[in-house]
Amino acid sequence: MNEALAVDGRRTRVSRLTRLLESEKALAAALLAPGVAILAIFIAYPFVMALWYSLTSIRVGDPGEFIGLANFSKAIHDTIFQMAFKNTVFYTFWATIFKLALGMWLALLLNRHFRFKRIVRASMLLPFIIPTVLSAFAWRWMFDPTFSVMNWGLYHAGMITDRLPFLSSGDWAMWCAVAVNTWRGMPFFAITLLAGLQTISPDLHEAAALDGANAWHRFWHVTWPLLLPVTLVVVVFSVIQTFSDFQLIYVLTGGGPANSTHLIATYAYQIGIGSGLLGEGAALSLFMFPVLFAVVWVQLRYLKRMENG
Amino acid sequence: MLIERKWKKWLYFYLPMAAFIVFTLFPFYWMAITAFRPDAELYATWRQPNAAPLWTLQPTLEHIKGLLQTTAFPTWLWNTMAIAIVSTAISLVCGMFAGYALARLRFRGSEFLGTAIFITYLVPQTLLFIPLADIVRDLQLGNTPWALMLTYPTFLIPFCTWLLMGYFKTIPKELEECARIDGATRFGAMVRIIFPVAIPGILSAGIFAFTLSWNEFIYALVFMASADQKTVPVGVVSELIRGDIFFWGQLMAGALLGSVPVAIVYSFFVEYYVTGLTGSVKG
Repeated sequence: MNEALAVDGRRTRVSRLTRLLESEKALAAALLAPGVAILAIFIAYPFVMALWYSLTSIRVGDPGEFIGLANFSKAIHDTIFQMAFKNTVFYTFWATIFKLALGMWLALLLNRHFRFKRIVRASMLLPFIIPTVLSAFAWRWMFDPTFSVMNWGLYHAGMITDRLPFLSSGDWAMWCAVAVNTWRGMPFFAITLLAGLQTISPDLHEAAALDGANAWHRFWHVTWPLLLPVTLVVVVFSVIQTFSDFQLIYVLTGGGPANSTHLIATYAYQIGIGSGLLGEGAALSLFMFPVLFAVVWVQLRYLKRMENG
Repeated sequence: MLIERKWKKWLYFYLPMAAFIVFTLFPFYWMAITAFRPDAELYATWRQPNAAPLWTLQPTLEHIKGLLQTTAFPTWLWNTMAIAIVSTAISLVCGMFAGYALARLRFRGSEFLGTAIFITYLVPQTLLFIPLADIVRDLQLGNTPWALMLTYPTFLIPFCTWLLMGYFKTIPKELEECARIDGATRFGAMVRIIFPVAIPGILSAGIFAFTLSWNEFIYALVFMASADQKTVPVGVVSELIRGDIFFWGQLMAGALLGSVPVAIVYSFFVEYYVTGLTGSVKG
C-alpha cells in the first residue's frame, strides 16, 4: 500500500517536472543554468575581483586597503613594465603578420591535389596540438647557447663563424619568441584559411584565367576578397591569444635576460605570484584589457554587420 | 584546367611544401632524438669535427627510465588525462544544453546571453589567474584536481556552446516536431532525437576541448602546489629542472611522452578535430 503510494507520488512529481519543462522559458533556464553558473563563478566574479584587487594594496597574507589608482600609476612609471608592454605589442604584431603570411601560403599549397595530402595536412597541425610548454622546451634546447643544433647546422654550412646568441640577447630572444609563436600558430591559420579556400568555386579562377589574369592577380582579385571574412576572424582570435600569451615566454626565456623579454602576462605573474603582490599583479594584467576589449568590439561590430547585410 | 610546367611545379609547390614540412616537424624530431641520446653525445660541442647531431649512434633508454622511476611523471600523466577527460565531459554537457537552448528555444534575452557567452570565449586566462587563485583556495579546491576540472570549463564551455549552437541550427526542425507529435517531451526530443543526430558535432567539440585542456598551463601552474597533483606541462617545468641545471635528456623524454597521448587521440579523430577548429572561428 505504502509502496504504491510512494510510486504514485514519484510519478506526479515527475510529471509536474516534465510539464514545467514543456514551457520554453523554463526549459531554457534549466538548460542554461549549469554553464552560466560556471562562467559566472569562474569568469565574471574573478573579473570583478581583479578590478577590486587592482585598486588595493593586497598581498599574500595581507588584505591591504583601498589605494585608488596607485598600482596603475606605479606600473606606468615602471621601466620593466614599459618594456613588457612594448614587447607584447611587438610580439603580437610580428607574430600575427608572419602567421597570416605563412599560413596563407601553406593553405594555398594544401589546397592543391597531391599524394599523401591527408597525412601531410594532419601532420601540419601537430605544433598546434602538442602542449606549447613541451614543444617550447624543444625549441629552447634547439636555441641552447652551447649545444644549439642550429648553430651547428649554420656553422657546418659555412654561414657563420661564431655562434648566434639566440636567447642570450634580449633583441634576439624576442625574435626567437616570434619565430616559435609563428611555428605554433601557423597551422591554425593554414587550416582555417584552407577551409575558406575550399568554399571558393574553381569556376571563378578558371573564368579569371580565361580573362588573362595571372596567378598573382587571381589570388589578389578573386581569392583574397572572398577569404577576407574568415581571415578577419582568425586574426582576431590569434591577436587575443598572442597578446595574452604566457607559456611560450615563460619556458623560452622566463622574461630574461635581465627582464628584457617579459610580456604583460609573464611580468604580472612574476609580480603577482612570484613576489606575492596580488594588487599590483592584478593591475598589470588589467593593462591587457583595453586592447582585448577593442579587438572584441571590432569583431562583434563586424558580426552584426554580416548578419544584417 | 590550368596546366603547369614541371620545373614550375617544383619551384612553386614541392620546394615550399618541403620547407614547410621540415620547419613544422623538425622540433618534434629533435625532441625524440634527444630523448634517446646518451648524455656523452648530448653534451658534445657543435664544433667537434666528427659529431653527428642529427642522429644518434648509441640510442639509450636511460632518460625514459630515469623519468619514470625517479620522478612522479606517471602520476602527472594520469592527472592530466583525468583532468582533461572530466573537464571535457562537464563542458560538453553544459555546451550541449546551452547550445540547444540558444539555437532552438525562444526566450527573452537569448541574444544577449549568446553574445555574453561569446565574449567570455575571448577572455584569456592570463587576465584572471590572480583573483581566481584566491577563489579556488576559498572554495577549498586548491591543490586538488577539482580546481582545474572546474576552471578549465571556463574556456571550454563558451567554445562548445558556440560550436554546438551552430551545429544544432543545421538540423531540420521537422525532426523534433515529428517526435513531439508522437508524444515526446521537449527534453525527451532533445536528448533522444537531436543529440544523437549531432554526434559528429559533439565529437568535434569534445576532441578540441580535450586538446585544449591538455595544453593549459597557467592555471595548473598557479593552483597546483604539490608534486603529486601536477599536470605534465607543470611537472616538466617545475620538477625536471633542478636549480639552474637542465637535464635535457629527461626533459625531452618528458616532452615526448607528454605529447604522445594527445597526439594519438588527435590522430584517430583528425577530421573531427579539423571541423572543431574551423568551426571555432565561425561567427
